[in-house]
Amino acid sequence: MDVAEAVSSLGASSKLLWHGDENIHGVDSIVIPGGFAHGDYLRPGAIARFSPVMKAVTQFALEGGPVVGICNGFQVLTEAGLLPGALQKNRGLKFVCEPATLRVETTESILTNKAAVGGNLHIPINHFEGNYTCNKETLKELQEENRIVLRYVNNPNGSIDDIAGVCNKNRNVVGLMPHPERACNELLGSTDGQVLFQSLLAA
Amino acid sequence: MLRVDKSLHRSLGLTDEEANVINEILGRQANPLELAMYSVMWSEHCSYKSSRLHLKRLPTEAPWVLVGPGENAGVVDVGDEIAVAIRIESHNHPSAIEPYQGAATGVGGILRDIFTMGARPIALMDPLRFGPLDDPRSQWIAEGVVSGVSGYGNAVGVPTVGGETVFDSTYKENPLVNVLCLGILPTDRLVLGQASGIGNLAVLLGNSTGRDGIGGVSVLASAGFSEEDDSAKRPSVQVGDPYEEKRLIEACLALLDEKLVIGIQDLGGAGLTCATSETASRGGVGMDVDISAIPCRELGMEPYEIMTSESQERMLAIVEPKNLKRVLEISNQWEVQASVIGKVTNGDSLRILSEAEGEVLADIPASSLHDDAPLYDRPKKKPELHQGLSGDELNPPVNVTNDLLNLLCDPSWVYKQYDHQLFLNTVVGPGDDATVLRLKHPVNGKETGRGLAITTDGNHRWCLVNPKIGTAMIVAEAVLNLACVGARPLAVVNCLNFGNPEHPEVMWQLSEAIDGMSDACVSFGVPVIGGNVSLYNESEGNNIAPTPVIGMLGLIDDLENRPPGAQMAEGDRLLLIGPETSGLGGSLWAANHGAIYGELPELDLEMHLKVAETIRTLVGTKLIRGVHDLSEGGLGVALAEMAAKSSVGVSIARTPNHQALFGEGPSRAVVAVDPESLTDVLTLCEERGVPVVRLGLATGNQFKIKDMMDVSLSDLKAAFINKLPNTFGVGTSNQ
Repeated sequence: MDVAEAVSSLGASSKLLWHGDENIHGVDSIVIPGGFAHGDYLRPGAIARFSPVMKAVTQFALEGGPVVGICNGFQVLTEAGLLPGALQKNRGLKFVCEPATLRVETTESILTNKAAVGGNLHIPINHFEGNYTCNKETLKELQEENRIVLRYVNNPNGSIDDIAGVCNKNRNVVGLMPHPERACNELLGSTDGQVLFQSLLAA
Repeated sequence: MLRVDKSLHRSLGLTDEEANVINEILGRQANPLELAMYSVMWSEHCSYKSSRLHLKRLPTEAPWVLVGPGENAGVVDVGDEIAVAIRIESHNHPSAIEPYQGAATGVGGILRDIFTMGARPIALMDPLRFGPLDDPRSQWIAEGVVSGVSGYGNAVGVPTVGGETVFDSTYKENPLVNVLCLGILPTDRLVLGQASGIGNLAVLLGNSTGRDGIGGVSVLASAGFSEEDDSAKRPSVQVGDPYEEKRLIEACLALLDEKLVIGIQDLGGAGLTCATSETASRGGVGMDVDISAIPCRELGMEPYEIMTSESQERMLAIVEPKNLKRVLEISNQWEVQASVIGKVTNGDSLRILSEAEGEVLADIPASSLHDDAPLYDRPKKKPELHQGLSGDELNPPVNVTNDLLNLLCDPSWVYKQYDHQLFLNTVVGPGDDATVLRLKHPVNGKETGRGLAITTDGNHRWCLVNPKIGTAMIVAEAVLNLACVGARPLAVVNCLNFGNPEHPEVMWQLSEAIDGMSDACVSFGVPVIGGNVSLYNESEGNNIAPTPVIGMLGLIDDLENRPPGAQMAEGDRLLLIGPETSGLGGSLWAANHGAIYGELPELDLEMHLKVAETIRTLVGTKLIRGVHDLSEGGLGVALAEMAAKSSVGVSIARTPNHQALFGEGPSRAVVAVDPESLTDVLTLCEERGVPVVRLGLATGNQFKIKDMMDVSLSDLKAAFINKLPNTFGVGTSNQ
């Protein structure tokens, strides 16, 4: 709902997809938002990835459709195998909700094509399991293929190589832990999330 | 004289006299199931039998009040066809026994009170009070409680936007875990928890009923703690399931949107007994409950267990038979269990049946569980003159800098563990004088351009010194906190945390506190629209210091910009707005030096309103850069927090002595003003008849008070920020 509000503030429209639906109703792009699907029981995203709608989302992603996973959505995408790596508990073993500063590392992704490389974005984080991890080979691949989309300036959770967001090989699936929808309104303290949604809408 | 089985009613927490009254009501000897039902409903927690008499003295009416005390939550009209539902509750006793689940289920319970009214919960606040920071058991309780609020609140998807965190030896063994919830609803969706229409169905939604929380209200919350038997109380603590609650919220709001229910009631304290009897007696009807239709988590549960279990995430809806099919469809869509467990009947009898049309296991006049509950005018006695030290009798500080640094405590270690931004409403989050939320229509999301402000306040030190004036000062502080974000007050909810009401000193404290709250609320024109009383907060015979906590809701008529907050910038002039007061009685500084008695500074309610209105005007006209009210720790702490938060030092010229630095006189705030606006601000204060003192300026990297202290900003910030992380571990590496 929050993502829908942020997107509509940019003049675009959105519709909510029900987890039990097997159809994605012809949308142009998909955001899997944050929000404790299935209570995060077992492991965040571990149950949600079996939701009927995820079949259609996977198909859409494999056909090159733009898909973004925010927070719990990122966890779902890694569980579903659409993105590499995994999100484990924060280094401090506590839930963390606070502002974060992110550095844009590449504009070659559906989420950053309108941002500037090296630019800082102030976007809040809100997670317990946001500590990105992957094996050495995967990390090397991500680095060499320029697939680390966003990095933390001050790593808040122990993520390997300060990773806040990554994309797949085709660069049409992006997962990130920070919440850009929470940074789209001056009253709420930051509008730095807008450029990410503008990128997605242009993708 | 009817015979009373002494062992049973006593073990259920009923007195001999209460048991006799029950038998008189029934005209026969109550059976064990009936006794169990009375025991939970007549418990202190559910019946307010010691406090009801006094609560009547609180002002509860105003033109904007839609629902006052006595329902699941208070409701006020905030315009634009939006109403706000608000309630505060305690979960002190469960949290002392099992901190994580105690706090988690406190959150779950308060959420249900809000969506029961047809409101979508949009914000939680949690005023928390624990034993001393250096006590390992208190640390364990604090960590567990904060994790419980975080674990349940974050997962259920309602942001926790503020609260308080207090550490004091008075709460050793008996922490206070208060939870406030605020919800918004379209005014025409307002529903009440009542049954009507003979033949209508009682539908139980949500969780199955288990053996958790049996007798929670009577066994746990209506008696104190002692050394030997606390672990035996653990089965009386409930276990929470936030994902079930999330689906239950959505299902219930969907049912209300389609107007499919006549009345709805959450199951909290006293479980099914409370929900069935309250809905029936409010509607002036009876109810037959088929105990075999209630889904149970395990086999072989006794009827008394089913009727008094406090298993979480359950709601009771009263539904017309023709709507049942649709109710079941909606429940099914949200994967919420729904079972018809009874029906509304003619008359006044709450009957528990072994199966539909089966054996009658209990037959009680529904209203007798509420209306006939005992009402006690317990003896009150003003405590003997305190023999202890007054803050004013203490010697001046040996090291005033250390004393100030010791008073600082940044609560962000707590609130960083809470999602405080969900729903995109949070304009000012936790850690400021008051929280500010955007006010959007709950159904169509339309912005109103206005804001809700909310604060919770309590101060046991003030209330120990003088419960009446201390409580009035708390109400005053809440008004000023709201003013600091530009809001005017609308309504108060209270949570009265006191000791054992069977001690006359405690009853005196409670009665005085209610009088103080009443005086202040009448003066400020703010009604009390709901509350909760938590008694028996004692351990090993020691009562906690009286701790009334209030939540105050306010409205910001024009929320175009973010309120300034406790900010200042290099070169700003610092002004102290408000009357001069003196005295260290009840102050944090004095308490830290072992002096907890004395006299409170004077509270002038009329002057207080003038100050609050002046501050509100200043915030609204954007004449000031920053503002922070004076509270715990007085002027010293207010200035230090402003410096720490804005990373600018101060140079203060005029502070005569340590009383002026640490005294906690009410009705005062520090403002930071750009030199260009200084004349305008001074003129405005003069016009309003509000005293103002020039303190000095914001500058550099030192925190300097002439002839008193000179400490580096980095040391000051470290003292502020590191206090909780040094005790509990950082939690985040971004310090």
